[in-house]
Amino acid sequence: MRSLKRFFTRMFNTAAGPAQDERFREEIEEHIALQTAENLRSGLSPVEARRQAILKFGAVEAIKEEYQAERGLLWIEVLVQDVRYSLRLLRKSPGFTIAAVLTLALAIGANAVVFGVLNGLVLRPLNLPQEQSLWGIDRGGIGFESYPNYLDLRDRNRSFEDLAAVNLCYVGLDTGQDPSSVWGVEATGNFFDALGVQPYLGRFFHPSDERGPNSAPYIVLSYAYWHVHFQDDRAVIGRTVRLNKHPFTIVGITPPAFHGTIMFFSPDFFVPLVNQEQVQGESVLDKRANRRGIFEALGHLKPGVTPAQAIADLNSIGADLEKTYPKEDSKMRFTLARPGLGGDFLGGPIRGFVAGLMLLAVLILLAACANLGSLFGARAADRAREIALRLALGSSRSRILRQLFTEAMLISFAGGAAGLWGSIALLRQLSAWQPFPRFPMSVPVSPDANVYGVALVFALVSGILFGIVPVRQVLRANPYEIVKAGSTGRVGRRITVRDLLLVVQIAICAVLVTSSLVAVRGLARSLHSNFGFQPHNVMLIGTDLNMAGYGGDRVAPMQRQMIDAMAAIPGVKSVGLVDLPALTFDGHRMIVFTDKTTDLRPSNAAAQPFMFNISPEYFDAAGTTLLFGRTFTWHDDKNAPSVAVINQEFARKIFGSATDAMGGYYKMRDGTRVQVVGIVEDGKYFNLAEDQEPAMFLPIPQAPTSMLQSPLSQAWLVVRTAGDPQQLATAVRNKLRDLDGSLPAYISPWEKEMDGVLFAPRVATVALGVLGVMGAMLSLTGIFGMAAYSVSKRMRELGIRMALGAQRREVLQAALGRAFKLLALGSAAGLVLGILASRVLASIVYQANPRDPLVLAGVVLAMALLGLLATWIPAQRALSVDPLQLLREE
Amino acid sequence: MKQKTDVQQGTLALMVLKTLDVLGSLHGYGIARRIEQISGDLLAVNQGTLYPVLLKLEQEGAIASEWGASENNRRARFYRLTREGRKQLQVETQDWEQTAAIIGRFFDAKAEDLS
Repeated sequence: MRSLKRFFTRMFNTAAGPAQDERFREEIEEHIALQTAENLRSGLSPVEARRQAILKFGAVEAIKEEYQAERGLLWIEVLVQDVRYSLRLLRKSPGFTIAAVLTLALAIGANAVVFGVLNGLVLRPLNLPQEQSLWGIDRGGIGFESYPNYLDLRDRNRSFEDLAAVNLCYVGLDTGQDPSSVWGVEATGNFFDALGVQPYLGRFFHPSDERGPNSAPYIVLSYAYWHVHFQDDRAVIGRTVRLNKHPFTIVGITPPAFHGTIMFFSPDFFVPLVNQEQVQGESVLDKRANRRGIFEALGHLKPGVTPAQAIADLNSIGADLEKTYPKEDSKMRFTLARPGLGGDFLGGPIRGFVAGLMLLAVLILLAACANLGSLFGARAADRAREIALRLALGSSRSRILRQLFTEAMLISFAGGAAGLWGSIALLRQLSAWQPFPRFPMSVPVSPDANVYGVALVFALVSGILFGIVPVRQVLRANPYEIVKAGSTGRVGRRITVRDLLLVVQIAICAVLVTSSLVAVRGLARSLHSNFGFQPHNVMLIGTDLNMAGYGGDRVAPMQRQMIDAMAAIPGVKSVGLVDLPALTFDGHRMIVFTDKTTDLRPSNAAAQPFMFNISPEYFDAAGTTLLFGRTFTWHDDKNAPSVAVINQEFARKIFGSATDAMGGYYKMRDGTRVQVVGIVEDGKYFNLAEDQEPAMFLPIPQAPTSMLQSPLSQAWLVVRTAGDPQQLATAVRNKLRDLDGSLPAYISPWEKEMDGVLFAPRVATVALGVLGVMGAMLSLTGIFGMAAYSVSKRMRELGIRMALGAQRREVLQAALGRAFKLLALGSAAGLVLGILASRVLASIVYQANPRDPLVLAGVVLAMALLGLLATWIPAQRALSVDPLQLLREE
Repeated sequence: MKQKTDVQQGTLALMVLKTLDVLGSLHGYGIARRIEQISGDLLAVNQGTLYPVLLKLEQEGAIASEWGASENNRRARFYRLTREGRKQLQVETQDWEQTAAIIGRFFDAKAEDLS
């Protein structure tokens, strides 16, 4: 109690400032006056009386200091003093200060940005209540599940409080004013209840609304869509909109921060999954074998249920389902995954990549600290004489260290603040980023308290890290020796801490440069690799006849008409039709069996090739080379025997070789025997990093009936043009309008549509490239600092050498030999480490091969260039030494 | 060499409290004189060390101070004991006497008592 009171009084006194010192001065006066009077009375002369009184009082200054220490909080005053002194020192060397603050700002900024991404994407991805207990169900690496299986899991599990499910959909939404294609979510009735989300306006749909297929024509709009398209009009509740021509009633608006449960995706609306037939044109809700019914099932685990228990629970249901439905269900082994990414399908690579980036960013920070540490060490060495003087005058070593630390902290906080400011701006930009024109992205990385906290910790830690470097120097300083010998310092052969720091720093930077070069090279390769088609000069036209009200037998003739219309446009070389173009981040796969297989259960499947349903001219339009046999004709229709064109991988995998495959048969899931009539070159189908996958191409009229949409109403026209396809966009649009004015069409060059698959490698390349450049900059400043310091320390020695007749080469070697040796050592270590670390990159960056001689040469060249650049100015300085002047001065 | 003025702060504080307890309100010089008189030449030099102690006691709330006029009509700071200070004095007096008694008995002890 007492000491607390004392503490607060002292706090107050510290703040109140020196006005209070007046009191003490007055008390001294009075004391001495009284003592003098007493001395006078005892018979001393006035002068002697005052002298004795002062003597008796004691050392005024010492007492005053004690008094002041008692009055206020000494450490705060010392801190203020240190801060003032450090600021003065830093202002005196602006170059050092700016370089140090900038270095740290970059390093801490990079860390804050990467952590912001980590925080947004991995730590709190969906921004939902109680997200820790929310899990998605994953089967075989992906979250897709069929609706009947989902219902069994939902009703029979004992682990989840409630199990909801979502699916993505892309439909024509007509609000009465602007019909447009929008992305939405089909959700089960219990979706909002299971998540515990409350509507912003109106109500959500509930399980009680579902009474069988198409029984719940309700739509919940997202806040953003409502805000933009209805201008926050509260009267929209109860109004009717049309989804693919079917009426749906608006029942509610989601809260602004709610983006559903699919990461990166911010849907415009939510509709009940039971209405899938109306929304998508066809329903797969009754097809147990079709896993495209549900993108992801998710729910909160019951309190006290561990993920392991939940998995065991799900697997026992799965085993039972396998027994009950042997034809439809196989490999019913479940795991739990963080929700939002469709199981572990995307989550793994993203988490791995962000974690890898974080590691590299921390490396940057470490390199920056090593850099600043050696700078600080050099500064302390330069100030050795000052420090020695202060020690000699009675300053304690801890006091000197405290001042040095204050200086380090000032720099690190300034750097941290600047870095954080930059990273906040960058993260805000990133949050608003819409990289895909066709798809509403949501990158939830806006900075929050976590990011600020981490930036602060980074600043603190780095301040301590580089502030600690000169400690040993100060502790071991012998004032007597230093004052006597002057601050020339030893130029010994000893390996100092600073040398070690420089090597470490250069090694780290070389790792960064290596990884960024590997990434850039990988991207360059993936851009020029063989896709199995030629996207250059090809226009894709996405059409959805279902949206325009076409169905059944009207689809095929309309598609024929569209192809003919496009082919008639001047400048068009060929036109094909495909259900889904390759490498647009979507794809169908279908299991197939060898011809000999009779028991067609999924576990007996021979392969699961990608499937493309195409028109006869597709290969021409896409630029895919036919190696053997023939392509289709329009006579390969429903009534003709089933035929297929396969790729080389398919032929190799099922038939052994291309010659065996030609004319051979294989079986589809429903038992249809399909004859191979042609073989085309291999290609990439889903993403660039995939291993070679089998693929089959089927004539559109023979598309399997278990497909989501049959007849194939949603399809892409592939239009190969002679020149820039963009020039034909208007002609294409006009032609389509002539055919049917209500047909929504999406027109885009194929190369642009491939942005989706190139997105990941591009992001990786940009991120790694930026880190690489930062690493290069850091090593530049690091080597420069070291070289400049070593030259300035040895000016006198160099002068003597030159006076004694040393040649330029010898002078340079003396001045910079050490710097170059350290550079070479660090680069070599970094290169080796980089090659090892680059294995991590291989999962994201297609064809990342660190043993690529071009990369190795690039790294060596880059580091050598950096070294040359960094030592240029110090070298010039060393060579311009005028021995006469120098020897006279020092 | 141990100096006479090298009194532990705690001892000096206790003397200040006792002085103020006996004599009531007093200025710094008065307190110093009084301690000097009673303790011989304990404060013969370095009288100034008294002031940090006074400040500490005041900040702890054991004593209070206000400006007043000294005997030669100058402005002086007068210190007096607070209720809290009185309590503190009591406690510390007891402590001190206990310690003194123990140490006293220890010094009085003969060799045969310790064996």
